[in-house]
Parts: sequence; C-alpha cells; structure tokens
Amino acid sequence: MTLRSTDARGVRELLVNLTLREVRGKYKRTALGQLWSLLNPLATMVIFTIVFGQLLRVEVEPGDPSGIDVFALWLMCGLVPWTFMSNAVTTGMSALVANANLVTKVYFRREVLVAATVFSWNVTLAMELLVLAVALLLFGAMPLPWLPLVLVLVVLLTAFALGVALMLAVANVYFRDTQHFLSIFMQFWFYATPIVYPVTLVPDTVTFLGVSWPVDTIYRLNPLERFVTAFRALLYDNRLPELADVMYCLGSAAVALGLGWLVFRRYEPRLAEEL
Amino acid sequence: MAIRDVTRARATPSGTDDAAVVITDVSKRFRMYRERNQSLKAALMRRGRAHYDEFWALKDVSLVIPRGSTFGLIGENGSGKSTLLKCIAKILQPNSGSIVSTGSMAALLELGSGFHPELSGRENVFLNGSILGLSRRALAERFDEIVDFAGVRDFIDQPVKNYSSGMYVRLGFSVAINVDPDILLVDEVLAVGDAGFQAKCMEKFAEFRAQGKTVIIVSHAMETMRSMCDQVAWLEHGRLQSVGKPDELVDTYVDTGHADRETTAEGATRWGSGEARIERFELLDSHGGAVSAVRTGDTVTVRLHYRTTQPIDRPVFGLAIETLDGVYVWASHTRDAGYVPDRITGNGAVDFTVPRLMLLPGTYDFHASVVDYTTQHTYDFIRRVHRFDVDHGSPRESGGIVSLGGTWGNLTGPEQLPAHVDRVDP
Repeated sequence: MTLRSTDARGVRELLVNLTLREVRGKYKRTALGQLWSLLNPLATMVIFTIVFGQLLRVEVEPGDPSGIDVFALWLMCGLVPWTFMSNAVTTGMSALVANANLVTKVYFRREVLVAATVFSWNVTLAMELLVLAVALLLFGAMPLPWLPLVLVLVVLLTAFALGVALMLAVANVYFRDTQHFLSIFMQFWFYATPIVYPVTLVPDTVTFLGVSWPVDTIYRLNPLERFVTAFRALLYDNRLPELADVMYCLGSAAVALGLGWLVFRRYEPRLAEEL
Repeated sequence: MAIRDVTRARATPSGTDDAAVVITDVSKRFRMYRERNQSLKAALMRRGRAHYDEFWALKDVSLVIPRGSTFGLIGENGSGKSTLLKCIAKILQPNSGSIVSTGSMAALLELGSGFHPELSGRENVFLNGSILGLSRRALAERFDEIVDFAGVRDFIDQPVKNYSSGMYVRLGFSVAINVDPDILLVDEVLAVGDAGFQAKCMEKFAEFRAQGKTVIIVSHAMETMRSMCDQVAWLEHGRLQSVGKPDELVDTYVDTGHADRETTAEGATRWGSGEARIERFELLDSHGGAVSAVRTGDTVTVRLHYRTTQPIDRPVFGLAIETLDGVYVWASHTRDAGYVPDRITGNGAVDFTVPRLMLLPGTYDFHASVVDYTTQHTYDFIRRVHRFDVDHGSPRESGGIVSLGGTWGNLTGPEQLPAHVDRVDP
C-alpha cells in the first residue's frame, strides 16, 4: 500500500535527485559556477587573516607535530567545517518553506527535502577540504593519512547539522521568526567557537557579580568547539584528536539527529496544512 | 431515481475485497487562525493558545472506491472534495477515521510542481519522476515516451523556465501519467493544453482504465465527469450527499447543487445581480432570419435583447463560445471592442456581427453576459444561452474547431507537375 517513493530504494533515489537539484541549481547562470563555492571561503579567509592575523595579531601555536605555522591555514581548518554546518542548518531550515508547493501537492517523505539540502553542502565541503588538504601539503603538513578520520568527523558533523536542521525546519513552518532568530544566533555561535582565535585565549574562570564562573567548562559544552578542535588536530596538527572530543562529537550528533528525527516525525503529518 | 445512498454504497456486495480505496468515517478539521502571522511573539502573547476557528472540511465520510473504476468527486468549491483527495494521497492526515488504499498511488494535483526553473527539461523529468515515485531505471526506459507525449523534444535540454506555460504543464502531465500507478488521483488537471493534447490525455486515461487501474477525479467539468466516470460521489459541506451513477447524479447535482441559480429551460445556468438582464438571445443569418444551424463561413449576427430595472452606466456586453466538452473557443466583450455606451435604460438590443463564421463543423454553446465596466460585477450571466450546430461550409477544412481559411500552394520539388495538382475551386 505504499508509494514507490516510500520504500528504501525510492527514498534513496529521490534523495540523490533532490541533492543533485540543489547542487546544480545553486550556481546556475553564474559564469564561475561551482567555483563560487571555493571563492566564498577564500574571500572569508583573506578578510579574517588580515583582520585577526595581521591587525589583531591573534597568536596561534604551530602545528604539533606537523610544525606548520600559517594563520590562514589554521583558520581554514576551523572555518571550513563551521561554514558547512552553518550553511547546512540555515538552508536546511528553509527547505520545507521553500518547497511548499511540493509539500502541499505531492506525498513523499518530507525529511528528504531537508536532507537533500544539507547533503548538497557536503559536495561543497568535499571540494573545500580537498583544496585545503592540497594547501596544507604545500606548506609542509601531512594531512593525507588522517583523511579517513576527517571523513568520520564529516559524517558526524553532517548528522549533527541534519538533526538541528530537521528541528528548525519544522519550527520554521510554524513560526517564520525562526529564520531571523537563527541568523542572529549563528553570529553568536560563530564567535563562541574557536575559529578565529585559539581556545587558549578563553580563561578558565571569570569573576562576575562576585561569583566565579567556570567559563571554560561552559565554553566546552558547545559541540562545534569539539568539532573544530578535532578537525584542527587532524588537519593542522596531524595527530589523533582527544578521545573525549570525538566522543562528545559522536554524542551530540546522535542526540541532535535523534531529537530532530522525533520532532520531525511528530509534526510531519500536519506540515501540508500549516504551510 | 436510482441513486444509492451512503449506507447502501458502503454495503456494496463487492465489499472491500475489490476495493482500491476504503474510506471509513473520515473527518478532517482545519483551523482558521484569526490572527495568524506565524510569529513567535504572537504565540508568546497568547501563551501558546492560538485563536482559531475550527472548520470541518470533511465530516464522517465513508466511501468504497472499487478497483478498476473511474471515480468522480463532485461538489461546490469548499465542499471538501479536494481535501478528500489530498487525504487519500496522504498529503493531509485526517483527524479521525481511516483510509486504506491498495496498490501504488500517484497524485496529479499540480503539474510540474517539482520543476526547478533553472534546470533543463531532461533533468526535471528525472527529478519530477523520482518525486512522484518512479525509479531511475523506469524513467530512463520511458524517457522518450514522456518527451514525445509532451511534444517538447526540441526543447528538452533547455531550462524549463524558457518553456511556455503549455509546454510546462504538458511535460508535467506527461511525467505524472507515466508513473503508471495502480491508483491515479487527478484534481482539475484535465484542462491542460490544446484540444489535441487533451485528446491524447483522454486516450491515456482510457488506456489506464483498460488496464484495470483506478482513477479518482475531482473536477468541475460536469460533462467530462459524466462521460468518464463509472461512479460519482457528491460532497456538500464536507459531508457525503450520495454516491451513484454519473448520469443521474450529475443531473441531480446540477439541478440542486446550483439551487441559488436559475436554471433556464434548456439547462442553462444563470446568475447575476439582475439590474440588467438578457431577455432574449437571437442567432440571425445575413437576411435577419433566425437560424439554429449555420455553415462554416456564413455571415451571422447575434442579437442580445436586454431589459434594465434602473439606468446602467457603461455596461459591458459579452459573448463566449464553448464546445460541448467545455473547450473555451472564443470570447469578446464590448469593452475590449471599444463599444461601450455611456448609459442604457429600459429595453433594447445590441448586435454582434460575424462576417465569416470560422468555426469548423460541430456543436457549440454560447454564453452571454452583461457586466459593469470593471467586469468585476455581474448583472447577468447565462451559461449555454444558446446551442447551435455548425455544418460543412466554406472553407472546408479537415479537423479541429477553428477554420484558418488558409490555402495550399507553391509545391516545389525535383519533379513538379503542377498540372496534376487537383484544383479545388471554392
């Protein structure tokens, strides 16, 4: 009694097709096409390197044991995963509203829309990581043996982003404020994650209103802090990340995805009429 | 009247074994938000309790749709027929009751709704097909058929945003019909494309039925419903009125479903505020004599006699022609023609003269109207005010609705023997 699109193979094909639609549609009618997905982070890298590396003189330790000491590359090892997560969550959140005409006219598993949007950024991420790996090689690091582990982290980060996007996509159908709220939250989140500055700049405790706050502990609750730290360990330092960090990544990905799935399943039947 | 009522329809001897869809006590409630602005602030302000009015789009509907039948859902706008279709399609979930369907299903609710304007026709066929549930392999196999059916072969590698609206819906229809489901749900999408494409669609539906597949249709085109459906269910205000044979039910529906409208003697329907009314419709030949049958190429005049209850400023008279199966052939009104009187009072008439009637043989209906200058307010509108037949005349052309009056000529080729070309003198 099922539609073809509800069985596993159908869902997979639909997911692939919708992902391709997102990937192909993103830079249609632009002269540079997919190159834009590299130019954007490159521009961000130049700006941040000038502002934080040159003007504010953020000091970062050389890669250990890789030995390289290039602020721009150190920055990119954190910025690339962050940009992926940020784009995936932001566009994944809008996926249902943007495809309202489909949701109200055709039955299929709606989570596919969110997933396709998130996965389309994996293509961009793969290209960026590849270019980053080449750049790291040129500057003397050896990230190649660590790439399989990078892949594992990418899977975890994708699961995390997908879970968050699923939750927000539903919320955005009910409250369109969600998208505006998220854009502010993303800015806060960006600076709460050690992307443009090293974790070492974060103090252990801060005394505020006469109370000593365990800032570092609170700071480390942020899953993206763990992800960025782990990505840097693999790519920039060329060593195994802390097991605790990886476990935290795994845990937060599982929780986000599980929660996102439950929320989505719970509200999915009423999506068509709320849109 | 042999219309089966609901309870008897539910207890059809075929039972549920041969049913494609069994709908049991389905109710669907919609919330009409009074101050819906979908903002968080609003939600917080009313502390989570939204102010809304409830409205039952469907109430306790039970139906058995037999396998292999073509089943129509009729009813006024807002009667719940489209909601029921969406519930069957699983796009909406009923608040109570159950819908059990057997076999694969595809819904033609909006054609080409999954198309990405920047992607090519080819990419969109694969994309739309997989949204509708067709596997890549099946799509590859049917690709040529889909493209040829839609008649967009030359444009298949162009982005669909360059397509005309006709090409767009034809391609959408073509993909959807080729999904080849066991149950096909159709909502008002039969009226796509030109007559030629419609004929192809009808053929496809016939093929579908011949294969023993189930079609569930929602439509306002009563003639189509009458000719296509094996059974019809009539919904009113979310409740099932009756289920029965289309011939009888469609008639009853047209008679009573439009109770607020007058039904004229010939089965026409009419509405309007009535300050100005069309009293009489005359179809006249070139000598001013009334005719009911005309020939292609004849000179004819339509005379509309009107009566007003009060002076009407700048009225707009209109005429339209439709074929029996509802194809909109032509329309004209005095505003577009630049013939608007400043004011009419009392009784009078207005003529519309056609120097050469370029309609090919067939039966057609006239609709006539008087509306205000904005065309938004209707004083009087009579559908099917006059039915007339067109017979073979001159020019004599082979098929379709309109005559173009063109000529064949200028034959060229390696061996031209113009003397052997038969001359058909008019």
